[in-house]
Amino acid sequence: MDLAPALQLHDVSKRYGARWALVHLSLSLRRGAALLLTGHNGSGKTTLLRVLSTVVRPSSGRVEVLGVDAGAEPEKVRSQVGLLSHANFVYEDLSGLENLEVLARLLGMRVSAAPAALERVSLSPKDDRPIRTYSAGMRRRLALARLFLKQPAVALLDEPFVELDPAGVSELETRIRELRAAGTTLVLATHHIEQGLQLCTDRLHLEQGRSIAA
Amino acid sequence: MNALVFFSLATLLLFSFALGPDTALLRRNAGGYLWLALLLSSVLALGESFRVERENAALEGLRLIPVDSRAIFLSKGLANAALLVGLGVLLVPVLVGLLDVRLVLPWSRLFGLTVLGCLAIAAPGTLYGAIASHARARDVLLPLLLFPILIPALVAAAKATALVFEGDPMLQFDPWMLLLACFDLIYWALGVVLFPRVIEE
Repeated sequence: MDLAPALQLHDVSKRYGARWALVHLSLSLRRGAALLLTGHNGSGKTTLLRVLSTVVRPSSGRVEVLGVDAGAEPEKVRSQVGLLSHANFVYEDLSGLENLEVLARLLGMRVSAAPAALERVSLSPKDDRPIRTYSAGMRRRLALARLFLKQPAVALLDEPFVELDPAGVSELETRIRELRAAGTTLVLATHHIEQGLQLCTDRLHLEQGRSIAA
Repeated sequence: MNALVFFSLATLLLFSFALGPDTALLRRNAGGYLWLALLLSSVLALGESFRVERENAALEGLRLIPVDSRAIFLSKGLANAALLVGLGVLLVPVLVGLLDVRLVLPWSRLFGLTVLGCLAIAAPGTLYGAIASHARARDVLLPLLLFPILIPALVAAAKATALVFEGDPMLQFDPWMLLLACFDLIYWALGVVLFPRVIEE
């Protein structure tokens, strides 16, 4: 039985006021593939990832994730997609473990899964300091832990290596390979093209919201 | 919560100082002071309610979870309402001590009135709090949007509270409560319908 592609964009455009962030973008990515998304700052990479995650609704066009129309059934798509963005989506007054426990409860998962997700990114579940005391790198690791806790079928990573120390970068590369080995479809937006090419199978280059042959 | 309590107490004190030592006047207007103190305090509470979501785009993180946005509105709105009810319960003894008011109608009526009135503030407050959280002048925008909408509820709540403190020979308490209940129904329904569009990008 043919399965629907992991991601399909049909002539998707997104406008913010007078500015077009995405212009007539079409894309098909098979399940289990890893797409490297490149482009200059402001080329539309982040907007594309946010459209795929259903956080942002496109101005026109259709998005399908694992065969599901994201416009018609966004909640169904969100259960299968994880987004690592520039923001970390955490509550400053809660500890790392507490943040993950909130997420676990909202996802209907066992709260006991939270400590393992923290340890996977080398954060201690026993650290009860609030997030506001964390360094930038630790916040990034916590954002990764959120992603791993969710175990999405499609993982969207927007500049994941930013703010990580060399050990953190190496660990993340290992985790990305683990995700791919588990069959997760990946979209990785990064300026580190050489690093991205080692981790990905396909590439999409954006310029001013349009797809350009890389 | 501490800041909220002190702010509302300070507001009550300021009202009593501003109107001078005429105790009869103070007692007659006690219902209005209570609801003004709650209304002004609600701006702090509602602003804070969305400040925590704005930091680190936590609200966007909630939207990435397969949870109905309407559930976010209902949970935030009810939490805000509960906070305001708690504040109202704290302020009533202060009113009794400060302005020498007495409960002529049963305290259960005052509690029911407090709940309905706080629900009336929380529903549009949560919706407008979400709208204002995206704006640069959010601290000014929220009261600008909220206060005109709340005039009917404020009048109803203040009038009904005055009846609790002074007696209700003309049986006007129930009509004011009905007005508050209708206000709540309309604005909670509007909030449920509009909130998903407000937080959507």
